[in-house]
Amino acid sequence: MPTFVYMTRCDGCGHCVDICPSDIMHIDKTYRRAYNIEPNMCWECYSCVKACPQNAIDVRGYADFAPLGHSVRVQRDEQKGTIAWKIKFRNGTEKNFLSPITTKPWGTAIPKLAEVPAPSKEMRDSELLYNEPKYIRLDDGGLHTLKSNGLKMKQGVYY
Amino acid sequence: MFTVNPFAVLSASVSPAVMQGFLIAMIVLVAAGTLFDVVHKGSARYFFEAWRKSKGSGAKQVGSAELVAIAVQTGLVDILTSGEFCNLRRRLAHLLTMYGFVFHALATLVLVFAYATPAQPTPVLWTLLWWLGGLMLLAGGYWFWFFIRVDVAAEGGSPLRVMHADLFILSLLASVTLGLVWALAGAGTGFLFVLYVLATLVLFGSVPWSKFAHMFFKPAAAFEKRVSKATGVADNLPTLTRDDPAQRERHSMELLKDAPMDMGLGIKREAPRHY
Repeated sequence: MPTFVYMTRCDGCGHCVDICPSDIMHIDKTYRRAYNIEPNMCWECYSCVKACPQNAIDVRGYADFAPLGHSVRVQRDEQKGTIAWKIKFRNGTEKNFLSPITTKPWGTAIPKLAEVPAPSKEMRDSELLYNEPKYIRLDDGGLHTLKSNGLKMKQGVYY
Repeated sequence: MFTVNPFAVLSASVSPAVMQGFLIAMIVLVAAGTLFDVVHKGSARYFFEAWRKSKGSGAKQVGSAELVAIAVQTGLVDILTSGEFCNLRRRLAHLLTMYGFVFHALATLVLVFAYATPAQPTPVLWTLLWWLGGLMLLAGGYWFWFFIRVDVAAEGGSPLRVMHADLFILSLLASVTLGLVWALAGAGTGFLFVLYVLATLVLFGSVPWSKFAHMFFKPAAAFEKRVSKATGVADNLPTLTRDDPAQRERHSMELLKDAPMDMGLGIKREAPRHY
């Protein structure tokens, strides 16, 4: 189900207009607040919900798995590098999640492609892509495994 | 120029009683318009229903001392410093326009009610405040109108495209611009004066259809938002944060164990203008 805007919370900043991949978040011509101009075309990507600095946008869940009285709300905290979700079920059960959205300060891990030397012919002909994860190290000979790298699958984290 | 009381000059042709009556009529129009707006949109009903629901939902009860503290915080942060705005340019423009309006309106009231005739010498402070308020309002208002307005900044619309939502800002700018130009031109009763009065009538008479009443309902909404946070309801928003040491120990937060607490700004580094 599509997004909708709490009019008392929206301040018409335009972040949702900017980020919507379907270009369906627009500014109302009477109240200068955001609204979803074409709910049929909304695929609930939550981009606008997360980008809204006032938390003024919400999404109605599908009635089959999220009947009336439920709530699924999210808060993306860029400065802390986290995203938090609160799921409220109709019977009062509540679930809270907190996860990272970056592991390094924003903008510090952008590859400087202009400074990278041009690829050689061998590199161009190779099947490997630029920045192929280094830990595979196929060029080193031998396939590295979790065990050989001292890594472990942790229950509840990876499976 | 900045020391002359334009209303004292005007009193040669328009009696001070008429000017004072006009101002009282404008105040009545704002009060009536705002009440009509509140009843028509049901905003008061919505506000009190949300309040009642949060009380009945088993949320934490907030004491009267805490309510006073929240009201003071709302006054200081959300009203006096326009803390709601995340965009610095919007915040500055809003502060300029808001304080400009307050100074200009207050000075107009004092000039018309206390010093409406040349017989009562006007203190320079009030005429200066009238001009300063007007110029601040114009600076903030035109900056907003031409460059910051979301239709222009985020939607890519032409700055000259006018729509219903512009009724408040345009009538405000028209009234103050015409007022200052009228005062500059000698404060007579010609065509400029008629336009000034008309623009002022539109500004205060269009409250039910314009954004004028936001100066009353925005503080109420900001107060309600803070109370909702204090009761723990917080509009059902998540309350977990990384500030809580216990949350930093969650297994899902393992990757941020050694990361700084302030990761800087991501998408919010740039103003939304990628239309």
